[in-house]
This record gives sequence, C-alpha cells and structure tokens, in this order.
Amino acid sequence: MSARSRELFGLLPVTLLVTGGFTALLITRSAEINKVSITYGAFFLGCCVFAHIFIRARLPNADPYLFPLGALLAAFGLVMIYRIDEKLARQQAEWFVVGLALFCATIVFVRDYRVLERYRYTIAAASIGLLLLPRVPGIGGATNGAYLAIHFGSLQFQPAEFAKIGIVIFLASYLRETRDVLVRGRIPRISLKHFGPLLLVWGLAMLMLIFIRDLGSSIMFFGAFLAMLYVATARISFVAAGLALFVLGSIFFAGHVPHVHERVEIWLHPFRPDLVESSGYQIAQALFAQADGGLFGRGFGQSLLQLPVAGGHSVTILPAAHTDTIYAVITDELGLFGAAALILVYLLFAARGFKTALIARDGFSKLLAAGLASVFALQVFVIVGGVTRVIPLTGVTLPFVSYGGSSILANFVVLALLLIVSNAARSGPAERGGIA
Amino acid sequence: MNRQITQLFGVVLVLFTLLVVFTSRWTVFEAKSLQNQTANKRPLLEQLQIPRGFIFAGDGTKLAVNKRSGHGPTLRYSRVYPTNNLFSHAVGYSFISQGSAGLEKKYNDDLAGNSNEFSSIIDELSGQKKVGNDLYTTLDPAAQRLALQLLGNQAGSVVVLDPRDGAVRVMASVPNYNPNDIPERSRQLNTDKAAPLFNRATQGGYPPGSTMKVVTASAALDSGRYTPNSVVSGKSPKILGGVPLSNCCTEGSGNYGPLTLTEALAKSVNTVWGEVGEKLGKKTMFEYMNRFGFDKKPQLDLPSDELGVSGVYGSHGQLLGPSDAIDIARVAIGQERLRVSPLQMAEVAATVANGGKLMKPRLVERIESPDGRVIDKRGPAEIDQVMKESTAQQVTAMMEQVVKAGTATTAQIPGVTVAGKTGTAEVANGTANQAWFIAFAPVPNPRVAIAVTIERTQGEGGTVAAPIAKQVIEQLLGKGG
Repeated sequence: MSARSRELFGLLPVTLLVTGGFTALLITRSAEINKVSITYGAFFLGCCVFAHIFIRARLPNADPYLFPLGALLAAFGLVMIYRIDEKLARQQAEWFVVGLALFCATIVFVRDYRVLERYRYTIAAASIGLLLLPRVPGIGGATNGAYLAIHFGSLQFQPAEFAKIGIVIFLASYLRETRDVLVRGRIPRISLKHFGPLLLVWGLAMLMLIFIRDLGSSIMFFGAFLAMLYVATARISFVAAGLALFVLGSIFFAGHVPHVHERVEIWLHPFRPDLVESSGYQIAQALFAQADGGLFGRGFGQSLLQLPVAGGHSVTILPAAHTDTIYAVITDELGLFGAAALILVYLLFAARGFKTALIARDGFSKLLAAGLASVFALQVFVIVGGVTRVIPLTGVTLPFVSYGGSSILANFVVLALLLIVSNAARSGPAERGGIA
Repeated sequence: MNRQITQLFGVVLVLFTLLVVFTSRWTVFEAKSLQNQTANKRPLLEQLQIPRGFIFAGDGTKLAVNKRSGHGPTLRYSRVYPTNNLFSHAVGYSFISQGSAGLEKKYNDDLAGNSNEFSSIIDELSGQKKVGNDLYTTLDPAAQRLALQLLGNQAGSVVVLDPRDGAVRVMASVPNYNPNDIPERSRQLNTDKAAPLFNRATQGGYPPGSTMKVVTASAALDSGRYTPNSVVSGKSPKILGGVPLSNCCTEGSGNYGPLTLTEALAKSVNTVWGEVGEKLGKKTMFEYMNRFGFDKKPQLDLPSDELGVSGVYGSHGQLLGPSDAIDIARVAIGQERLRVSPLQMAEVAATVANGGKLMKPRLVERIESPDGRVIDKRGPAEIDQVMKESTAQQVTAMMEQVVKAGTATTAQIPGVTVAGKTGTAEVANGTANQAWFIAFAPVPNPRVAIAVTIERTQGEGGTVAAPIAKQVIEQLLGKGG
C-alpha cells in the first residue's frame, strides 16, 4: 500500500471518532440523535479528504501517519470543545478550516524549506518581536498575571504559538552552521563568539520569565533549545550547563517575580486554605476533576463544569475548561485510560516527527524536524504536566485539542513543515533510521 | 546526529510516562483523598443527584425520605424527615452545607449508594447508575413518641433495648430538634445553651447514682464473695474510703442494722454497697465495669463522635483505672467521678435481663436495595458473657424486690414482673438531682430493658424516672393505653 493510501485509511478512524463522539454527546444531552452529528462528521471528513488529496498532489512521499494523527487530535478537540460549549466549537471548526488553508499555503509557499535558512535572523527577530507584543500597551494585556495574548477587537492572538516555530527554524539554521565549531572545540577554547548565542538564548528565556511572566513558555522554548543543542553537538555538558543555568535562573525569579512566585506556591501547596479558594482554585479543581474520572471516566458529557444556581446563573466549577484545563475534563470523562490514550497519540505524533529527523539527509532538516517535534512534545508536557501538577500550571494550549485560533493555526504550520521535511527525506534513496 | 535524536525521543518517552504516572496518581492512587478535600464539592454535588436511600422504623414508618426538584442537569434531591423531632438524634440529618449526623452519617455510603471499590468498578463498566440503599431500623415510633411525651420539657433521656438481641427500640433525648430545620437553623441550634443537637442517650455523661449498685451487686455475687443473703451492716455513718459515708439525704434514711444484700438493694443502702465495693476492691470492680462496657465506646452503630465513654474521669478529662487513686466505695454507689451514658445503663439492665450475656446494641436491622434485595443483614451479636447465668438470676431476683417492696414501687405493672433499680445523684452542689431508673420486664423472659434519666430535677429516681419507665414498658409490652 502506498504511503498516501495508508494516510487515507488512517483518516477513517478519525471520521468515526468525530461522528461517534458527537452522537454520544447528543444522546447524553437530548436523548435523541439529530442530524448535527452526521453533519459534523461529514464536514470533517470532507476537510480531511481535501487535505489528503492536496498532500497526495504536493508531497507524495511525506510521512503517512502525521496528518491522520494531527487530524485525530483536532477531531478529538472539536468533540471536547463542543461538549463544553457549542458556540466555541463552531468557532473552533472555523479555525480548523482556516488552519487547513494555512497548512496548504505553507506547503505551497515553503516547498523548498531550505530557503528559510537565508532569512534566519529576520525570522529570529520577528519571533522575539512576537513574544514581546503582549507587553505593548493597547494591544497586549495580562491574563492571570501572564502576558501571553494580544487583542484585536474581539480577536485574541497568542504570539508565542508562532514564535515557537520561528525560534526553532532559527536555531536549526544557526546550530547547523556552528555545530562544527561547538563539537570540535574543547571547552576552554570555545570563545564567547561561539558560546555567546547559547548565553543569549538563556538570557532570552530568563527575559521571558520577567516580561511574559510565563514559566511554561520559557520551559517550552528553552527545552527545545537544549534538545536541539544536544542533537547538534552531542555534548551532554552543554545541556547540563544550560539546564543548571535555567534552574538557577528560575529559582531566582521564582523568588523575585511575584507572579512566578505565586505560581510556584500554588504548585507546591494547592490545597492550602488561603489558596484553594482563590489563586489555587484552578489547579485544585483540575485535580478534583481528574480524581472524579477514575480508571474509566464518567463518560462523554458527564464532567461537572458548571453548576446552575437559582436565577438562571451558573457557577464555574472548573475554570478554563476549554483551554488550560481541557486535559482535566478529558480525564474526568474518559478516565485514566482515555487520558493515557491521548498521551499515546501525542507520543506517536512526536515519534513520527523524530522519525522524520532520523531519515532527513542534511543537518538543517534533521535539526528542524527534531526541533519541531521537541517543541511540540514539550508543549504537551508543559500543559499536561501543569494540570497534573508535575510542574507549575501555566497557560499554554494543548496542541490541536485546546480551544484557540492561534494554537490551531500554528500547529497546522508545524504539521506542514514536518510533512515538507519528511517528503524531501523520503524522496529518492533514503537512509532508514532506528525508530519505527 | 541520529543517535542524539533517538536519545531525545527517549527523553520525550520518559516525560510522557511521567504524565501518565501523575494522571494515575490523581485518578486512582490519591483519588480518595482528593475526594475528601473540603474544597472538593464534587462528591457532595454528585450525591445530590442520587436519590438517597430511605430510613424506616421497625414498623415501616418512613423516618427519612427525599424531595425531588428540577430535572436533567439541575435535578436535585434533598432530605425530608416526615416524623420531624421524633428521632432527631438516632436518625440525624444529611444536608450539603450542614453535613450529617446520626444514622445518616454512619450509613452514608449505603444511603448514597457508594459501594465498595470492586463492585464500583463493575458498575462503572456496566454503566450502572448509583442508587441509595434503604435502612430498616429497629426503632419503635409509638414507644419513642410516648417517651418524648413523658419527658416533656425536662432535659433527659430514655433508652430501650431488646435484651435478647440488642435492638434499640427507643432512643429519646430531650431537648431535641427538627432535622428539617437544620438548613435554616443550624447555627442557632449549634449555639443553643440547651444543646438540642447533643444526643444525651449516647453522649451524655451523668453520675449514675444508685443504679450503679446493679453493677456492684453483679460483681459481688459473680466473684463468689457474696450471696444475696450475705449480711452487711447498714449503720450510718460509716467510714469508707477514709471519709464518713452516710445514708441520709438521698434515698431511704438513716441508720440500719444488719441487712441482707437483697434488702440493701431494695432500700438502696449506701453504706452497705459502699462497703461491698471497698471489700471487692478496685481490681474486681473495674473488671466487671469493663465487662459491662465501661471505659470504651459503646459498639452502637452511630458515628464514633456521637458516642461517649462511661467510666471514672480524672480532673483533666482522662479515664481513670484501678491503678489510680479512686474512692472505690463511692464508685460502687455511683458517686465519685463516675460518668455514665443512658445507653450504658440500658446495657447494664439488658445484660442482667439476658442471663448475663451482653448483646451488641444496634439500630439497623438490615439494608435493602430499592428493588427489595437484602444487601446486608445485621443479626444479633454477643459482646461478652458478663456474669454467670445463675448470678444474673440472683441479681434479677434482687431487682424484683426493688420494684415490689423497695424504692421503685411506682414502676409496678399489674400482671407483669418488673425488675429495676432507682438512682438519685446530687448535682449542682446538692441543689438538684440526676434521677435514674433502669429496669427490665417481663421477668422471667424479658423483652424490654430500659434506662430513664432526668437532668436537674427536684424529684428522685423512684418518683420521676420510674413512672416514665413503667409507661414505656407497658407500651412496648402491648399493655399501654
């Protein structure tokens, strides 16, 4: 079977999930199946088949599993968001269509992705500019103390989602060029010229802690940087030094930036009586929702997110259910097994990304694919780790699943880039790597 | 670079495993403790959507039912107590904001349909909806109503046990409260000086007065040191515990000559029973008290914090034992620092009535699912053979004399042999009495064992407590009006 046929078959379970998921939801909600579930399923299938035909035409040799995995996550996200809020789901579906358009546009315009290397400093500068936008008065503003979004009228945009792609492209290009120096040079002989950019990126991560005040984003960016540095140089000492610097810096800022300090306090003591009803409410409720799910979950649509009270109002039980804490809703409704299955899908997606890096034939492609896979995996780790209290909870999205236009768009670009790299790698004689 | 890429994937694998490990931590391993967090309203809200099991009296009277409101996601059940004040302390209450008490608290898991871990997994797999199970209690509404009516506005308590199987028939405590008022009035009830929420039957700690002589008599005869006909001097005052003890001022009066133990029980002569207690010694007295259930929580199926321990208390509220400095002569006549609950004294009466065998007191007879399947049946259970059967018969005969010709003639019922013992302990510096009466009937096959006590009364055990016991016994034996 050709790669593209495998892709098409991979989309079947996705469509079944959307149709089945909406049907299940509508049954629990209104005890009757109406046309909506079928319409949603058919519409989603139509979009996916279109994208599939597009990939068939433009990237015939691309990895056959990446797109179905991404579509599976997006479909799952749509069902969950529909279950949380129908209006948001309709918007998310619109964003999904726009995302697919951007996906196709990326494939058309970045056919030869090596061109990107030429613009690496422009891309780096633009990415840093994007990151700082939320601090610009007038368009930016803090949400829960972190500067993550900018506003255009009613539209909200999270620049970090796109900045992560730009930074990865820059690092892939930069590290491809300097890796020879970094690898060959003995530590004492590495001059500031070569070591400088490393310190610069560290400084940038620390700056993000101060300016954006978001530990999650800086873990994501700095982690991706360390990952790519390691791939480029194979020097564990660099990674250790970077990690140590990051941890020291984080501890320092955790003590000195009030917002970061508070996040750490909440992380360590979510049930402290003075926190549990105020700033710790979100993480505490997220944990309660997970405890409620147990092994098998309560079933689609059964998680208690809002409590209707007298007068037609409702009290929010789980805040940010459609964005930050969507993983808690998933665990509540599908249980440990459902949540583990979701993590597995993310792992498979990352695995295909790393596989692409393995079979890529030049340094830039390898670094780009490995960097994109790392930043994607780290984003999952930061948000799911936040909701499960592995690390402090911060406001990044769960890729493809959380509600949010910028998230969907940016992740479709990640997907497009991975497919482009993999198409180039698998065209012609390819050396096969180790990961299945 | 491929080696590093593979290693990097290994790191991602570890990180994602960590995510699954933490998810299991919250969903499985620490789920229970998260559900018990006070900030977690989910279990409570969930309970509101489950029709809670009913609570029934022994005759089928509904003691706790549900009111339904809303539908779909706004469906809520709330508790209604059709009998109002009748069984406030035994049944208790269950409300979201105010918590729960009594049987509602003790049997919450059964009433709310929380089954054990294993069957809940089965239920989850089969998608079975939770339903609460019903409690069938041993309580007798007619006798309870009569007991409350007879206590009137006097603070006090009546406890009735079936001596044969430990079934609690009556658990009256005055003042009481209407559980339906809890949502609106819980603060007021909590701060009320008359302590209406306090279950005097099980939590009350009162000086038992002369009812304690039943325990002393059981110890004296069962240890083989005395017989009912043993003669002891009834002179008054008598130096006991290094301090003169007199018979004056409580019951009977004054100076007696030599008396048999039977006569001394009927007349409730303090100097005789004080001397008996002192001769038996602390070790023997405490041994028998322990067998009767003193010094530990009663094994009744109510929440542990609603059960008081009967025993001798030190100045810091600690329980004293045979190795402490105690005037055992005065313990033997129910003075010193002895504090007992009405439930404990009902158990003393029930033990003698049941041939010396103490049965585990119980409120719940069985638990049934709404479709009538018996989930759990709680049969009678023996706690201890407190004394020999022959001893119990001798003590019974002595207690019969108390009612026939002693201090409790007010408890006589025509055609029914009643055995009993009065008690009157001075409280509030001698300005008021704690009046007691414990009894059982009909001898020789008792079906009712009762303890009645009234706080701060001017009356005595024989004048205020015994008449109440008489009427409640008549009601329970089907002789009442």
